[in-house]
Amino acid sequence: MTATTMTPPPATSRGRLRRMRETTPLTYFALILTVLTSIFPLWWMFVIATRTSSAASQWPPALLPGGRLLENIDRLFANTTANFTTGLINSLVASTTVSVSVVFFCSLAGFALAKLRFSGRTFFTVAVVVTMAVPVQVGIIPLLILMDWLGWRGQLQAVIVPFMVSGFGVFMMRQYVLQTIPDELMEAARIDGCSTFRIYWSIVLPALRPAMVVLGLLTFMQVWNEFIWAIAVLTPDNPTVQFSINQLNESAYSRDFALMFTGATFATLPLLIIFFVLGRQLVGRIMEGAIKA
Amino acid sequence: MTSLQRGAPPSARHADAPAKGPSRPQHRRRKDPGSRGRFLSSVDLKASPYLFIAPFFLLFGAFGLFPLLYTVWVSFHEWSLIGGNEGFIGLDNYVRLFSDAKFWNSLYNTLGIFVIAVIPQLLVALLLADTLNRAVRGKSFFQMTMILPYITSIAALAIVFSQLFGSEFGLINQALGYLGIDPINWRGEKYFSWGAIAFMIDWRWTGYNALIYLAAMQSVPKDVYEAASLDGASRMRQFFQITIPMLRPTIIFTVIISTIGQMQLFTEPAIFDTGGAMQGGTQGQFQTVMMLVFQEAFRYGNYGYGSAIAWVLFMLVVLLGLINVVMTSRIRSAT
Repeated sequence: MTATTMTPPPATSRGRLRRMRETTPLTYFALILTVLTSIFPLWWMFVIATRTSSAASQWPPALLPGGRLLENIDRLFANTTANFTTGLINSLVASTTVSVSVVFFCSLAGFALAKLRFSGRTFFTVAVVVTMAVPVQVGIIPLLILMDWLGWRGQLQAVIVPFMVSGFGVFMMRQYVLQTIPDELMEAARIDGCSTFRIYWSIVLPALRPAMVVLGLLTFMQVWNEFIWAIAVLTPDNPTVQFSINQLNESAYSRDFALMFTGATFATLPLLIIFFVLGRQLVGRIMEGAIKA
Repeated sequence: MTSLQRGAPPSARHADAPAKGPSRPQHRRRKDPGSRGRFLSSVDLKASPYLFIAPFFLLFGAFGLFPLLYTVWVSFHEWSLIGGNEGFIGLDNYVRLFSDAKFWNSLYNTLGIFVIAVIPQLLVALLLADTLNRAVRGKSFFQMTMILPYITSIAALAIVFSQLFGSEFGLINQALGYLGIDPINWRGEKYFSWGAIAFMIDWRWTGYNALIYLAAMQSVPKDVYEAASLDGASRMRQFFQITIPMLRPTIIFTVIISTIGQMQLFTEPAIFDTGGAMQGGTQGQFQTVMMLVFQEAFRYGNYGYGSAIAWVLFMLVVLLGLINVVMTSRIRSAT
């Protein structure tokens, strides 16, 4: 596996070694190109949101913001096809509710699987891992039939309740509890007469806080982004924000780019705020291998 | 507000089932509870673990597992939006599916887009990770901007890219025109439409994968590289003969994750396809399997037939997953 050849080390090996690790102008060229590619669509989305629709078709491309942002925002919120206000509120409510729920239920289950002794623990742990690989989106048709049975079609709870737990969340929490909560602490709390729920509430939850924040915000992002289920189960008069901007996108005859891009900007904004608050932690988590798609 | 209500039932349950109750006030921390206390604490020890994992398994069972399995049941029936369940028809839906050109087309599109998206994505991610693995200044800034696309709204960016890839006034065609290249019919031509969609996917995921690779690269012992350098192996040679082999498990992991995700590709092509018919272009140039499921079930109301397509897709994902796992264990046992 190693690339060791039998040639003797060259005399200048030390200097050569240092040179190998150094960066070249090409390194920075590649990195800056990546940065520009990552940022350009986002920046351009914002620029068009501040201009008229014709700016989206302009060459050379508009690169600086214009002065029409407020006017576009007014038009967006007044648009009757999009129901943007409802969409925004619905998405905020659904994403927040699901995040709180996922963090609570997953930390509860993760704690039990990591620290409590009960028969079937291994089985349940494996079951959680298996659920992570299941493409649940495939069950979309029976899920809709189920919503009809419950009378939830078109209702906001239809985009909340099905997402209230996540196998990934349970597994992530389990790993984190294993790393952070020593068994001795559990024993001591037991001897002091703490009930299991009290151990969870007063000892485990506070220690889990960093992982909970990351899981909560990832969940927020996922629910905020959810698209196929929202357009299947909701109606245009009670949409989520993604459904709402899709309504603007689908009205093909009068494609009002300024309006669409203003909507797109709003649909991205909460995620960008999360990114600026939490980006560094997220990078750390992904690099620990804690986060999967 | 809603969240508090939803959080309440389980905590209430735990409070009265296993709790210490009035017999043992919270401030009294003694080892010898009364017989009632001993009984309650043994109930607590036995029942709590199951109560704690119950919400996950009940909710997943109801809204994840049940719909998935029920898909098979629905697929064996003539089942429509208006008529409901109109009777058992055995494998008829599957027979129809295997002779349905639209199904094969959507499968071809899904696999095609997957391949042309995932190969450049993983290669560029590897190169980017290798670049960042040098003594780069401002490393954390580059890491942050690379992960930025992963954070953004998929639908919003699909709208932006749809305009960038516009046929007449799209920015990309205008740029090509500026360079003297004829405009490309990004929506009309099958393989160009795949390319546009693959670009949207790669824009989102390349940086994310690069970070995963970077993490793996950083765990490769430095002395392996030093030894190789001392032996005169070039940077390029080190990349192909040390980095890539050492990263193999990580690369396979990202391939598995991408496979599961990409087989269900929906949002990007659905938004690229203006009009909302889920047709995937005038001739279905970029209709994916998931779009076909959506079209059959929710545009035409064919729940039964849609379920058959969805179930075949599920089996395909499982099959590809198993192939990946077998390959992984082969590679593990080989090394």
